[in-house]
Amino acid sequence: MYKYDEYDQTIVDTRVAEFRDQVTRRIAGEITEDQFKPLRLMNGLYLQLHAYMLRVAVPYGTLSSRQMRMLAHIARKYDRGYGHFTTRQNIQYNWIKLEQAPDILADLATVQMHAIQTSGNCIRNISSDQYAGAAADEIGDPRPWAELLRQWSTFHPEFSYLPRKFKIAVIASEQDRAAIQLHDIGLQLRRNEAGELGFRVYVGGGMGRTPMVAPVIRDFISTADFVSYLEACLRVYNRYGRRDNLFKARIKILVHEIGAEEYARQVEEEWAHVKTLGLDPPPGEFERIAAYFAPPPFETGLGEDIDRSDPDFALWLDSNTHPHKQPGYAIAVISLKPVGGIPGDASADQIDLMADLAERYSFDELRVTHAQNIVLPHVRKADLYALWKALDGAGLGTANLDLISDIIACPGLDYCSLANARSIPIAQKIAQRFANLDRQRDLGELKLKISGCINACGHHHAGHIGILGVDRKGEENYQLLFGGSGAEDASLGKITGPGFNEDGIVDAVEKAVETYRALRTDGERFLDTYRRVGMQPFKEAIYG
Amino acid sequence: MAELLRYRDDEAHEEPAVTLDAFLGQTNATAVRLEPDEDARALIPYLDRLGLIEVAFPTFRDGRGYSAARILREAGYTGELRAQGDVLIDQIAYMRRCGFDSFAPEKPISREAADRAAAFHDIVYQKAADRRSPVWALRHG
Repeated sequence: MYKYDEYDQTIVDTRVAEFRDQVTRRIAGEITEDQFKPLRLMNGLYLQLHAYMLRVAVPYGTLSSRQMRMLAHIARKYDRGYGHFTTRQNIQYNWIKLEQAPDILADLATVQMHAIQTSGNCIRNISSDQYAGAAADEIGDPRPWAELLRQWSTFHPEFSYLPRKFKIAVIASEQDRAAIQLHDIGLQLRRNEAGELGFRVYVGGGMGRTPMVAPVIRDFISTADFVSYLEACLRVYNRYGRRDNLFKARIKILVHEIGAEEYARQVEEEWAHVKTLGLDPPPGEFERIAAYFAPPPFETGLGEDIDRSDPDFALWLDSNTHPHKQPGYAIAVISLKPVGGIPGDASADQIDLMADLAERYSFDELRVTHAQNIVLPHVRKADLYALWKALDGAGLGTANLDLISDIIACPGLDYCSLANARSIPIAQKIAQRFANLDRQRDLGELKLKISGCINACGHHHAGHIGILGVDRKGEENYQLLFGGSGAEDASLGKITGPGFNEDGIVDAVEKAVETYRALRTDGERFLDTYRRVGMQPFKEAIYG
Repeated sequence: MAELLRYRDDEAHEEPAVTLDAFLGQTNATAVRLEPDEDARALIPYLDRLGLIEVAFPTFRDGRGYSAARILREAGYTGELRAQGDVLIDQIAYMRRCGFDSFAPEKPISREAADRAAAFHDIVYQKAADRRSPVWALRHG
């Protein structure tokens, strides 16, 4: 894992002092709320329905046990004993007091963490593949590149008042576990025909009210040039992205309006100039960062056999572990989606337990996934049973990864000032309806995602089944979508037709999955069947 | 208009800034004002004779002026580069990094407060229009 040197630490410590000064000036009335807003937002502090919400950055979703314990400490000391892991691999706390926010940042800084640029119209936390460094299919660890970008984008003087927020994701495998085509910029590490390392660059994807799958604007940019290339991408956006309408200000609108080719041309022109400025860090800087991401000291000669005699464990093993590149090891995923729970929530005690288990079984490392679960990336297969026993005893052993109850949901109207409808109760009702795990397993991989408003924080456009909460004449109403995907086969869901009330949407989901069961061929997932047969049979089942 | 904050040793430029259209239409002006939607690169042929470029910030949220400033400095402009309008104290550090060396905020900012805010961060991660070395350069000498 990356470790701060004196420079990184000074920058974060200084930010704490600066923000403390800003909060003091705000409380003293020296600056207005309007002037304070962009400052607090750049430190991840939102004013929500009931209280301030603080979003803490988890760069590329990677945490040490010590950092994880600090997250539990903050939940206990400053919040109500829990935290909420987000679709940007971050964690947020929903019951924060403004005057305590600087103290929280100071506590975070002691474990090399911060809340810098977790909101605001700037470059946000860089996200990545939650299996980075462990997955068998990657060509390299994407996280050193993400760290390089974290540093480049932190307090970037030119790009801190962009037209709108800006999200970048980096992966290093053909399988996309980070939804890069639905980001403002998605970067895929790859080799060109000459064997050189570089990135394929996607620009202009996103969800929100105008969802778009990002086009490739450059098939290959050398790693030596990619920082200056991104500088050019951002400069074109900062200069020409729309500022007349908040809802048309994301880069996807610019790319869509002028066309991917024209945007690419403008970037090339800008880059021809920008690359002469010496903005790219030298290879030695990447090597310095990459050394921190060297593989942990894996044992060799370990066996692959796992005792499956406990049937509940066998179910968890089959659904919640993923192949590891190192023989004898597995990637274990801790579901934060117990039936009836709030997707992504964890109590302080659970966070502490996950930290302890990571220390004991996973080389002191954890990951947050964009699907709001937690990963222990490097677990000996021989330890999986003991790990699962410990998780199961704390309500963390749910065997539902990528099944219908592994739901992504935004906070919705229970917390969020933008929401039109509640998301969490819908997630809970659907999970309860499908509580039978045998039934869930029979349905197979089924990504269900719920947003409580058109801003799509719950990624409903990318759900195999998506649900969008809207306000219809003062009543919560839920639209149903099919066919979205955030993976390498990215696609956007289509709305089925008229929406439903709270119970009706659960019934409609059930009718849809039963239609799938009746129509599927061997090995077909819900998404595959939908893509093959189209909307009509589903529509008939739901509205017929 | 509030007090001008300058970070230059020379005398403040006296001539009032003209609009970009007016500037491009008359060859003898030495001060020009750029609105957010105007292309800073239109000035590149004339940088030698410009003494003041004023960049408008009608609202602090409009960050186009940051790019304009860097483009002008990258093109070799050494004259006064002024941020005018809704310039807030916590933006001055970023603006200086982008090449602004003069500030005409609509709401007054004291020199002392501006210096204090700008002095917080003495270490920076990336190269910009100021001459500060980014952390990667410090690390690798």
